[in-house]
Amino acid sequence: MKLLTRKVVGLTGDGAAAEAMRQIDPDVVAAYPITPQTEIVEKFAEYVAGGLVNTEFICVESEHSAISACCGSSAAGARTVTATSSQGLALMHEMLYIAAANRLPIVMINVNRALSAPLNIHNDQSDTFGSRDAGWIQLYCENVQEVYDTTIQGIRIAEHPEVQLPVMVCLDGFILSHSMERLELLSDAEVKDFIGAFRPRTNLLDFDKPITLGAAAMPEYYFEHRFAQSYALDRALERVVAVDQEFGAKFARSYGVVEAYRMDDAELAVVTLGSLAGTTKFVVDRFREEGVKAGSLKIKLFRPFPIEAVAAALKNVKAAAVLEKAISPGAPGPALFSDVLGALYHQGVKASLISYVAGLGGRDVPPKSITRIYNHLQQIAETGRIGRILNYLDLRGWQ
Amino acid sequence: MSNKMLEIRWHGRGGQGVVLASRFMASSAIRENLYFQAFPFFGPERLGAPVVAFTRISNEPINLHCAIEEPDVVVVLDPSLLGVVKVTQNLKASGTSVVNHAGIPQDLKNGTQRRVFAVDADRISREELGRVMPNTPMVGALVKAVGLIGLESVFSEFEEQFSQRFKPELIRQNLNAIRRAYEEVREV
Repeated sequence: MKLLTRKVVGLTGDGAAAEAMRQIDPDVVAAYPITPQTEIVEKFAEYVAGGLVNTEFICVESEHSAISACCGSSAAGARTVTATSSQGLALMHEMLYIAAANRLPIVMINVNRALSAPLNIHNDQSDTFGSRDAGWIQLYCENVQEVYDTTIQGIRIAEHPEVQLPVMVCLDGFILSHSMERLELLSDAEVKDFIGAFRPRTNLLDFDKPITLGAAAMPEYYFEHRFAQSYALDRALERVVAVDQEFGAKFARSYGVVEAYRMDDAELAVVTLGSLAGTTKFVVDRFREEGVKAGSLKIKLFRPFPIEAVAAALKNVKAAAVLEKAISPGAPGPALFSDVLGALYHQGVKASLISYVAGLGGRDVPPKSITRIYNHLQQIAETGRIGRILNYLDLRGWQ
Repeated sequence: MSNKMLEIRWHGRGGQGVVLASRFMASSAIRENLYFQAFPFFGPERLGAPVVAFTRISNEPINLHCAIEEPDVVVVLDPSLLGVVKVTQNLKASGTSVVNHAGIPQDLKNGTQRRVFAVDADRISREELGRVMPNTPMVGALVKAVGLIGLESVFSEFEEQFSQRFKPELIRQNLNAIRRAYEEVREV
């Protein structure tokens, strides 16, 4: 078994997540392999077999069992990590709510993949957007370096005594999971030092302080429980910021809850998340070369949604589009678009905002397609007329 | 895409180590302190079926996360693909093809200024490794054709990556295959 001894390496997104997990050395990992997450579980199983980690690795028969085992181990005070994707996450659905409501700081790496039907193993964000109301913190990654860093940060965020909530680290299937990129690793000691020891405030095995988890709550109390959980998630935002800043101070890499790219004087902006944020930056640079005041906004933290940061970044633009890889059938708009719109309304910001759904089921989103979004925004900025709000990029039959 | 970035598209058949070659070429760029990305085209994977993979190498961090549309270079690991797959599709007018071919490959210039390099990687791998495994020699040929990465960087990266997986004998054979392809590749 070969250990990585260099700081600068080439790893896939899955490989980077597995390497972070090895360095984190969780007490418990319960996971079930699913494309395109498989390499994470394979690699980690090798680490367990090779004695490189002290983790209790639980081989389960399904994702429902994986997250159930995680809930049990986390409640018992064990640092717990899992990984899944798409149908696997969907199968976990009922337990996701239980993990969050019981304030169990599980870290899950989810490799974003489309949901059936039709069966599709490729990338979009339908899976984790479908879990957006489960009460988990959701962080999206733009590149492989960010996958590695966010997995390590995720432990600190989840386990912070004032957070105590599960965290999903989301990376785009294949585009990141199977793409090898250059990244810089921390040493094992740096990771150990940064995450520290897990000291749960309560645990089921502490017989001196017995607690009940998973009890029933009648109408007299259920509402308060749910509000408390929601309040905790809102409050987690400042902890996400603080952990990222500490990470940045120590290791010179920091991401923020949003990243405003060339937004200072921007008149046109595309708001997006995940690996699309990178391709969008490339397009922004091209428009800037032509003197067009284009910018982009990356949503790193999707739950809790950074309302103020999003509104502040967009307050001066003439036109903006939200670009996302998920569709919300029957809704007034897709999930990220609706959140951005809500954030602007909250903060009293008026912007001409349109929606673009793109890349479902792994359809490639090249720069020339994103260029057309900026061209559309130019038109809106010039005419002042928004026209059609919901748009679909590179969709057959859509004009 | 820009002068600072080299975009490579790899063509081969399932089982020839196309993805491995695309990744190995990319990670060799570490030695030159360059940035890189390598990713397969995610289609159905079957032994012997045409396979495509991509490598980006750049002197600055790479923001792009999409397929390569207009490659600077195409590398063809299997000569039998030439009549089957349009390997030069969307290759830049100033682009380069590097082909595993025993003779003179059919016209890949299509009336353009594109450069074409050929090397008999099947024969080299057969002689050096005892079996047809054109992926490592084709990296040697590619490095010679595009010049971006030094042969020494490729050698040290190969040893670093495979020294624990391969016996020293196999490492030496692969390095010989890479060196021979580097020396024997010729512009058509």
